[in-house]
Amino acid sequence: MKDLNNNKIESITSEKEINIDNFSGDELLEMLSKMILIRNAEYKIAKGREIGLVGGPVHLGVGQEAIPVGISQYLNNNDKVFGAHRSHAHILSLGIDLKSFFSEILAKSSGISKGMGGSMHLFGGSVGFSGSVPIVAGTVPLAVGTALASKLKGEDAISISYLGDGAMEEGIVHESLNLARINNCPVIFVVENNLFSSHLNINLRQPKELTYRFAKANDIESKVLDGNNLTSICMTSKEFIRRCRAGEGPFFIEAITYRWFGHVDWREDIDVGINRSAEDLKYWKKRDPISRLKKSLLKNNFVENHLINLEKDIQKDIDNAWMDALKESSPEWNESLNYVFKRN
Amino acid sequence: MNKFTYSTAILDAYNFLLKNYPEVFVIGQGLWSPWYVGNTMKDLDKKFGKKRIIDTPVSEAAVTGAAVGASLNEMKPIVVHPRMDFMMYAMDPIVNQAAKWSYMFGGQSSPSITIRGIINRGGEQGAQHSQALHSWFAHIPGLKVVLPSSVADARDLLIASVLADQPVIYIDDRWLYDQEDNLPEAKEIKLESINPCILREGDSITLVGCSYSTLLLKKVTKKLIKNKIYPEIIDMRIINPFHSELITNSVKKTGRLFVLDGGWGPCGISSEIISSAVENVDPNFLKSKPARLTLPFTPAPTSKVLEQEYYPTEEKIYKNILKIFKNNL
Repeated sequence: MKDLNNNKIESITSEKEINIDNFSGDELLEMLSKMILIRNAEYKIAKGREIGLVGGPVHLGVGQEAIPVGISQYLNNNDKVFGAHRSHAHILSLGIDLKSFFSEILAKSSGISKGMGGSMHLFGGSVGFSGSVPIVAGTVPLAVGTALASKLKGEDAISISYLGDGAMEEGIVHESLNLARINNCPVIFVVENNLFSSHLNINLRQPKELTYRFAKANDIESKVLDGNNLTSICMTSKEFIRRCRAGEGPFFIEAITYRWFGHVDWREDIDVGINRSAEDLKYWKKRDPISRLKKSLLKNNFVENHLINLEKDIQKDIDNAWMDALKESSPEWNESLNYVFKRN
Repeated sequence: MNKFTYSTAILDAYNFLLKNYPEVFVIGQGLWSPWYVGNTMKDLDKKFGKKRIIDTPVSEAAVTGAAVGASLNEMKPIVVHPRMDFMMYAMDPIVNQAAKWSYMFGGQSSPSITIRGIINRGGEQGAQHSQALHSWFAHIPGLKVVLPSSVADARDLLIASVLADQPVIYIDDRWLYDQEDNLPEAKEIKLESINPCILREGDSITLVGCSYSTLLLKKVTKKLIKNKIYPEIIDMRIINPFHSELITNSVKKTGRLFVLDGGWGPCGISSEIISSAVENVDPNFLKSKPARLTLPFTPAPTSKVLEQEYYPTEEKIYKNILKIFKNNL
């Protein structure tokens, strides 16, 4: 059988505008707004980190916004979403309260993890976000477990496990894929393949650039996508989520993308690692998921001024939420001691 | 009163939990086979179905992680590691995920998971089929660690562990399985109320152990009494959180302390017990230096002859205790 996924990175991704034929204007604007919110919130965090307002490491995903926005579009609050170290976009795309999110980035007690997590430990039970942690692949088996629980309870909730191409190199992921498949767990593994693990290009870590081969090895249905094409993500996401709810899981999505910042914090990190040049960055910025959606919208009679105003409003919300979060207080020591064990 | 062994008491706990709590399920390697867990899980799969008694691929890490995940989705899983040595593959889900989960998210979410690790040694099984690593887990904030020694505790502590909202490591030693006792019906005890207990009062020396070590301490009692040594025996039962009050009060009374542990000495539970006495008991109370007997600091040997040298015996324990009385301060 011909392997439809087996293409080169260059032919999977593109600079071109995207096909928006099957989407309503409202839906597209909603998703565009989310992508802009995520991007500009991350720029805010980058600046905050640079000038010392954010105390801990931040892993930014600017350039990768289309993936979680396309996935979250078809989820509900009963679903269980797990992230990793680069998860701002995952939780923002689920509609978490912006000020509480910023409060957490700033380690304030009113934050979504009560100021105990910061950027790397995000929690949003109310929007279906079960947690993100910075141990690479640490949450992958947990997502299989929440899915197993949903199945045992006879519920149609599904689990999403976000992981990167680096996480695919962890042994526990391969155990998790097999375990999920042998128990037919309703989980979708979403690999955001940005071609880098920390400083190191995938070509120096794996014999092939695409990781869906591990889904194949575990007999899990998979699809490789242009991660910077929102509507392409949406179509697969919608189909896999529907089928996953119907008991056909697990599924595996590999979305090819690129992060504009380095592994951690606000710098671009050109050539601190290996195979990350200014030219590569330029190449990938031309494949910007937001610009590509905007181009398509403008071609389809959306008014440019409308989009500009939309972005202005979002920026205002971000600025206000950030200013409010800065005024919040830090967690109390005595209170923190109560968090080691949940009280019965 | 029904007659139970330590192992059938564990089985009784499973029956009680699976019958009364639909959110309880059991997952681990070998659960559909009689080979792995003795008679502690006999026929559970037939009685409660393979949906709730889940045998797994040989994937300790993912299986444990999946159970942590299931516990975050309203279930109460029990993960079984038929041999503790293999549980090392699951250290990330246990130490990085389960133990830290509540703290990292400000107490908003907690893995109510029980991880059962079985100590299975002797019989020339060698270095990788013999370890008792309870002390490791007592070092980690966010985990609870229970080690039942008696038949009643084998059952009641398992029930308490599973019903607790926190991650619990429950460790049973197969060398305890044949003990017998008459027990009343299974009951629910809050894990918070579990403390070390005094099995026998005495005023000559405080003897402290947990799990199989407690049984060995009980066994040398007769011989000690013949020598006019009247020991006070403390069974730890739970080593995380570590409760020192009972031990220090006892040592204040007896003036002597001997700790027996089936793990290694350095940085182990025996070190913690002794340091708690040193920190909390005024030296004036002490009639001799605290002492301990642990495994020699080597991996477990394979040869039967070497095994006899390796593991504590009643004779070795007896001699070590006598030494304390010869070396008075």
